[in-house]
Amino acid sequence: MNEQRLQVAGGREIVLPMSKAVEISIRSLKIRFGRSLITTSGIILAIAFLMSVWSSNALIGSLKEANKSEINLLLQKNGIETASAEGGRSSADARAQAQEERSKQTWLIGLSLLVCVVGIANAMLMSVTERFREIGTMKCLGALDSFIIKLFLLESTFQGVVGTTIGIAIGLLMTLGLNLLAYGGYVFSYFPVGGILQSVLASLVAGTLLSLVGAMLPAYKAAKMEPVEAMRSDT
Amino acid sequence: MSTVEKTPSEEQRTVVRTQQVKKIYKMGNTEVQALRGVDLEIYTGEYLSLMGPSGSGKSTLFNMVGGLDKPSEGKVYIDEVDVAQLDAYELAWLRCRKIGYIFQSFNLIPVMTALENVTLPMVFAGLTSDESRDKGMVLLEKVGLGERHSHKPYELSGGQQQRVAVARALANDPAVVLADEPTANLDLRTGTEIIELLKEMNASSGVTIISATHDHKMLSVSDRVVWIKDGQVERIADRADLDIEVTQVGGEEQ
Repeated sequence: MNEQRLQVAGGREIVLPMSKAVEISIRSLKIRFGRSLITTSGIILAIAFLMSVWSSNALIGSLKEANKSEINLLLQKNGIETASAEGGRSSADARAQAQEERSKQTWLIGLSLLVCVVGIANAMLMSVTERFREIGTMKCLGALDSFIIKLFLLESTFQGVVGTTIGIAIGLLMTLGLNLLAYGGYVFSYFPVGGILQSVLASLVAGTLLSLVGAMLPAYKAAKMEPVEAMRSDT
Repeated sequence: MSTVEKTPSEEQRTVVRTQQVKKIYKMGNTEVQALRGVDLEIYTGEYLSLMGPSGSGKSTLFNMVGGLDKPSEGKVYIDEVDVAQLDAYELAWLRCRKIGYIFQSFNLIPVMTALENVTLPMVFAGLTSDESRDKGMVLLEKVGLGERHSHKPYELSGGQQQRVAVARALANDPAVVLADEPTANLDLRTGTEIIELLKEMNASSGVTIISATHDHKMLSVSDRVVWIKDGQVERIADRADLDIEVTQVGGEEQ
């Protein structure tokens, strides 16, 4: 009923166009370049790790599949079970070991991603408390809670995408370098294009999701800030 | 001093009205009564100053009148709409279009230029970027900062920042402009300039200006001054009374 009254009085609704939101959030990142860099480097490290694990899994997998004696020799030298080595041990034993290896890997990945999310959340929370006056002012100017959430999630997403892209590049280069040292040219002759692409995509999704998840709580906190906060003159 | 003569009918239109407004804060187990039943009518087009020492409830009343706070008891009407009845969306709408805010510490958005700061409320109100740019430039010209539209807040002096803030407050042609100690962070001369600017805007566009202040320079431009003490209206003085007081070299309590 009141809304009707208000609509009659003034007309259109309140909006924040996406283009404007993108512009504001990119500038907010730029002005705090130092801290954005720290947050982004957290993502870079986590994704580089994730990417190197996944891509070397794909690479080794494809080398194993090739099942050539020279390659198998190299693999065994690096402590990796191959099909031809099964004679020494029962295949069940080998499988159990591989299983254990994989679960260890999963734990490591999980932990590193968790640390990354916590890092992002922490940095975003700092950014929110630092900007309470700015947020309050925006709310005084008529910003809805959803505008504030939009701005913070966008900021975090940009950090996430940039960090993830760099992380993927670093992870991939590291894997390539290390495996080139160990297996030489075979890396290229049996390069698992599909597997690597899959890892790239999965890492991209993971990195972006991570930064979104990390920013959710801080963004919500920012959105719930009262406009009166803008009036506070301390700090 | 006052340049506009208001017709009686104009003066009777109320833009903000409070009815027996009380505000109680709970601090631990003790209750603090910040406002003890305030009745106040603010008329369209007037320049009203709220005065009172800190802790008097002045800020609380000011926030209430600006739709930033809700009363514990009683009612606040802004433009005949009961603020307590509004949901979050309607409140944002009200703040966007009906009220302009001016802050003690300017509160410009640091990442935006002067023009972008002025146009932000217009963006929220759904104006196209062309419309808002043109209107924003007109407003910046009005406050005397036309050629500084591309400057960031940190490239402007305090007085210039506050001028931008005045332009921003007027962005969506609000019914009311709320100025919270607008001169507190400015030196004497710049403070006077801002007060004159506010008065000029008040006179030229007929916008209602409500300012909370300690600043006695405000007295000479105000149509009415409301003194708040212990959560109640202590005294209301209008233009005629004020002229006498000002000429008597205002020996008021500081």
